[in-house]
Amino acid sequence: MATKYDWPSAADRSVIGRSVSRLDGAEKATGRAKYAYDRNPEGLLVGRLVTSPHANARITRIDASGAERLKGVRGVVLIKDIGDEVQWTGAEIAAIAADTEEIARDAVRKFKVEYEVLSHLVKEEDVEKAGNRVVPGQENTEGDPSKALQEADVTHEGYYGAATITHCCMEPHGNTVHWKGEKDITVWASTQAVGRIGADLAKNLAADPSLPKVSPSDIRVITPVMGGGFGSKFNIDSWGVAAAKLSRMTGRPVKIMLDRDEELQMAGARPSYFGNVKVGAKKDGTLTVFDVESWATSGVGRGGNPALPYVIEPPNQRVRHVNVATNTGPARAWRAPRHPQCAVITHCALTDLAHKLDMDPVDFFKKNADLTARPDVYRTEIDKAAELIDWKEKYHKPGEGSGHVRRGVGLSIHTWGGRPHDSQCRVVIEPDGSASAEIGSQDIGTGTRTVIAMVLAETLALPVSRVNVKMGDSSFPPSGASGGSTTVGGVSSSTRRAAVNALEKLKEKVAGDLGASSADEIEAKDGYLRLKENPKKRIAWTAACRKLSTETISEMGNQPDRDGGKLADSGVGGVQMADVSVDMETGIVTMNKMVAVQDCGLIIDLKLAESQVYGSLIMGICSALWEERVYDQMSGVYLNADMEFYKLAGIGDIGELVVHMMTGVYDDRGVIGLGEPPAISPMAAISNAVFNAIGARVPTVPVTPDKVLAALEKKGGMA
Amino acid sequence: MEAFEYAAPNSVKEAVGLLSSNWGEADVLAGGTDLLSLLKEGVHTPKRVVSLKNVSGLKGVSASRIGATATIAELLGSSSVPAAVRQAAEGITSPQMRAMGTVGGELLQRPRCWYFRNGYGLLGKDAKGKSLAPNGENQYHAIIGNKGPAYFVSASSLAPALIALEATVTVTGPDGEDEMPLEKLFQTPSSDSQRENTLQPNQVLTGINLPGGGARSATYEVRQRQLMDWPLASASVALKMSGDTVESARVVLGHVAPTPWRSSDAESALAGKAVSEDTAMAAAKAALSAATPLSRNKHKVQLARVAVKRAILRAAG
Repeated sequence: MATKYDWPSAADRSVIGRSVSRLDGAEKATGRAKYAYDRNPEGLLVGRLVTSPHANARITRIDASGAERLKGVRGVVLIKDIGDEVQWTGAEIAAIAADTEEIARDAVRKFKVEYEVLSHLVKEEDVEKAGNRVVPGQENTEGDPSKALQEADVTHEGYYGAATITHCCMEPHGNTVHWKGEKDITVWASTQAVGRIGADLAKNLAADPSLPKVSPSDIRVITPVMGGGFGSKFNIDSWGVAAAKLSRMTGRPVKIMLDRDEELQMAGARPSYFGNVKVGAKKDGTLTVFDVESWATSGVGRGGNPALPYVIEPPNQRVRHVNVATNTGPARAWRAPRHPQCAVITHCALTDLAHKLDMDPVDFFKKNADLTARPDVYRTEIDKAAELIDWKEKYHKPGEGSGHVRRGVGLSIHTWGGRPHDSQCRVVIEPDGSASAEIGSQDIGTGTRTVIAMVLAETLALPVSRVNVKMGDSSFPPSGASGGSTTVGGVSSSTRRAAVNALEKLKEKVAGDLGASSADEIEAKDGYLRLKENPKKRIAWTAACRKLSTETISEMGNQPDRDGGKLADSGVGGVQMADVSVDMETGIVTMNKMVAVQDCGLIIDLKLAESQVYGSLIMGICSALWEERVYDQMSGVYLNADMEFYKLAGIGDIGELVVHMMTGVYDDRGVIGLGEPPAISPMAAISNAVFNAIGARVPTVPVTPDKVLAALEKKGGMA
Repeated sequence: MEAFEYAAPNSVKEAVGLLSSNWGEADVLAGGTDLLSLLKEGVHTPKRVVSLKNVSGLKGVSASRIGATATIAELLGSSSVPAAVRQAAEGITSPQMRAMGTVGGELLQRPRCWYFRNGYGLLGKDAKGKSLAPNGENQYHAIIGNKGPAYFVSASSLAPALIALEATVTVTGPDGEDEMPLEKLFQTPSSDSQRENTLQPNQVLTGINLPGGGARSATYEVRQRQLMDWPLASASVALKMSGDTVESARVVLGHVAPTPWRSSDAESALAGKAVSEDTAMAAAKAALSAATPLSRNKHKVQLARVAVKRAILRAAG
C-alpha cells in the first residue's frame, strides 16, 4: 500500500540516484577528519599490549614490577592471569599505560611472563594431520546424492579451497578512552557499532567488582569517521576494556591503538575453507548433485557452517563439514562471511564440470540459474557481464592457445541479503532554515553520511549542500551496527520517515499563508514549499522556516515502521567476470580486467555504490592472487604479520575495473545493502579465469606461482 | 625500539671511530629504509647509531663510480648507469624506497627471511637450536648454497647486476681504505657470529666502482606484483660479444642463495655461442643444475631458470 513515506518515482527524484562525491572527502584527504587514532585529549596516556610469544601455553608467573618501576609508567592492567591459557601467538596478556608511547613500549619489554608451553597446531589444510583438533560440524543431506552421482551423465571430483586472510583495516583497531567521573566515560572508538560499544564496555567492566557500576548510558561513544572494519570492529575488545580500566586507575585519557602486526595477529581473520567436491550433471548441463566434505578453521573457537553448495542448489546434495581448532588468531566476520570461500568451492567445481560437459561456463551457469533463488536476475546479469568483458571474443576451451603468456576468462555469481537494520533518526528544522539529520549510526568509510544527506535533501527539496548530518555519536538516536550490508537500508528508511514527518510540520506552519486547508495540499520542490494544484503559489524554504519564529521542528523516523511503507528490501544477485594473463613459464598471474554487474535495489548515491564495488574488486583480487596468513608449525608464529609478505595489491596490480550497477531495473524494491555482495565473487572468477587460460585447475586461492607451476606440471607441461 | 645514542659525524674517518669492533653494538644509518624496521622490530638493538648524512663525498653517480649514499632515485636519474643496474633499480618500485634508500644500503640490507625478521636470528633457529626454515615455511628461501646452517636469500637486487659488471667496492675501516671485488663483500655465514657480508663491524662501505668495458647487460626479475615486492628470483648477465658470438659472459642470480650467486656453469655454457632461445635455455639449465630446493620452494628453480634465460635474451636484445 502506498504511503506518504514512499520513495519518489524516478521522474520526481532530483538527488537520489545521482553521483555525489562523499561529503567528508576533502576533510579526510587533508587530514582534518579526526579518527580514533587522531584523538589526543589533554593529559593523554598511551597504552601498549603485552602479548604471548607462544602459540599455546599456560601462564605460570607474571612479574609486572620491572615495568611498573619505569619512570613514566602510570598503570598496568592484566587481561590474562596466572593459570590462564593463551592460545595463539600475539594473544593479549596485559596492557600498560605510560606518558609516552616509547615508555610504554620499553615497559612492555620489562614485563615478565613465564609459561608452561603446550603443544600447538597452526595448520589445517592437511586435515589428515589435525588429529583430535577436528571438531564435528554440519551434516546435511537432501535428496539422494549417492544415487544421483551414479545416475549422472557426467561427474567431476575435485579439491578446492581458500586460505585464511585478515581484514587489514586501513585504520587499525583501537580506542581512546577517558573515564572522567564515576559515571562519565567517553570512548573515541574505531568501531562499526557506535550504538553497541557502550553496552559492551559496561558489561565487561561489570565483571570487575572493584570498579564502580556503570550503565551503557554513562558511556558516550564518538566515531565521526572510521578507517574500515569489514566485519572485524563490532566489539570494545580486550584492549578497549583495558584502556577504560587504565583511565579509571589514572584519571587520564588512555589511547590503545593496535600496531599493524598486532592488527594482523589478534584483530580478526577470515576463516579458511577447503572441500573435496563431487558434482554431477545431465548431458544437457543440468546440475543434479553436489556432494562435499569440507573443513575450515576459525582459530581455537568453533566456526560456522559452510554456505555449500553456493547459490546453485541441485535437488541432491550432501554437506559433511568439520572444523579444525588451530592455535591461530580468532576469526571474525569478513565481508559476506563464508560466501567468498564457498563461492570458490562451488563455482570452481562447477566450472570444471562445465569443461567436462564441453560447455561454455556462461551457458552452464545460465542453464542452472533455474536452481537459484533468482533465475532471471542471474541470466540478465550474466549476459550484461559477458557483453562488458567481451566473453564471446575472449572465451576459448580451457588451455587452448600458444606462446608463454596465455589469457583466460572466468566467472562467478553471488547473493546476499542486505536487509535494513533497526534505525532511528531525528530531523531538526530550525527557524534559520538549517535542516539536520541526527543519527547514532556510523560512516565506516562507505559514505553513509553522504547517503543520509542525500535522502534528507531529496525529501526537503533542498540541495545536498544545504543539509547537515550529525552522526557517529551515541548521544544521537540509536541505529544498528554496520554489519551485513544493513546500514544503507536502515538509515535511509529512518531518515526518509523523519524528514517526511518534519516537512509535514513545516507545511502545516505555512498552510495558512499558501491558502491550503491542510499540509497534504503542499509539496516541497526546488527549495520552495508550494501548492500542488497551483505551483505559482509558493514560499521559499528560508521564508517558510522563519515562520517557526522561536520554535524548532524536531521529528523522529523509525526503521522498521509498520505504517511507514516499505523503503528497503533484502536479497540481491551479482555476477563477476575476470580476464587474466598467465605466464606459463613463471606461473605469474596478471589481472587484465574485471567486470562486476550488481543489483542492490534503489541506489541512493551512484558514485558511492560504484566505489563500494571497486573496493570489493580490489580486495578480492588481493585474496585471489597474493593474500594469505602464513603460520609456522614449528614455532607457532604468524610469519607474515606485516605489509611486506602479507601481500596486498598496488595500483599497478589490479588491471581495468568495470562496474555496472543495475540501476532502474530493481528500483521498486527500495534500498538494499551493498557492502558484502560484490566482495564474494572475485576469487572464484579469477581462479576460473586462470583455469581457462592454462587448462589446469589451481585448487586453492591465492593462485600463487608455485601452485600454477604445480598444476601445469600435473597436467603434463605447457602444451 | 631500544634507546640508543645517535651520532652524525662529518667524515668517514670519524664515522669509523664511532663504530665498534663487535657486531651488534653500533649500526650505520644511511637511508634508514631497512635499519629503522630492524630497530622497531627489536631485531637490531645497537647502543649507537651512526648516521652518514653529514659525510660528504659518499654521494654522486657517474659511469665509473656510484657513491654509497647515492639514492636509488639518483641512480635511476643518471644516464650513465649500465642497463643491468638500471633494470634492477627499476624493480625497486616504491617511490619512498627510491627517495630514501641508498645504493650502499641496498647492498648491505639484512635478509628479508621471515624467521630472521621475527627474532630467530640470521640462521633462523628456535630456542633448542633447531633450524626452522628447512622443515618450515621456506617458500621464499634459498634453492642453491643452502646446505645450512644458512637458508635465507640475499636480499639485494643491485648486487647481482653490479657483480655481473665486475664492480668493486671501497670500504674504509680503522686501517684505512680497501678495495675489493663486490663479489667478495658477500659470504654465507657458517655460524651465528658471522653476517652475510664480509665487512668488519667498524668498516664503512663508501662507494662502488664500475670498470666499464662495454658489456651488454640486463637484469630480469620474476616478481608477483608491480607494487613494492621482493623478486622471487632474479638474474643479471653481462655479455662481452664478438659479433654475434658471446666471447665471455657473467651470469649472477639474485634471491636464490644466501649470497648473490655467480654461475660459472652458465657462463661457460654461453661462451663461444650465439645467443638464441636454445643457448639461453641451456645456460639457464646449467645455472640451476646444482639447485637443491627445500620442501616448499621447488618452483623457485623454474623461476630462476626463467630469470636467467630472459636476462640473457634481454641483454642480447
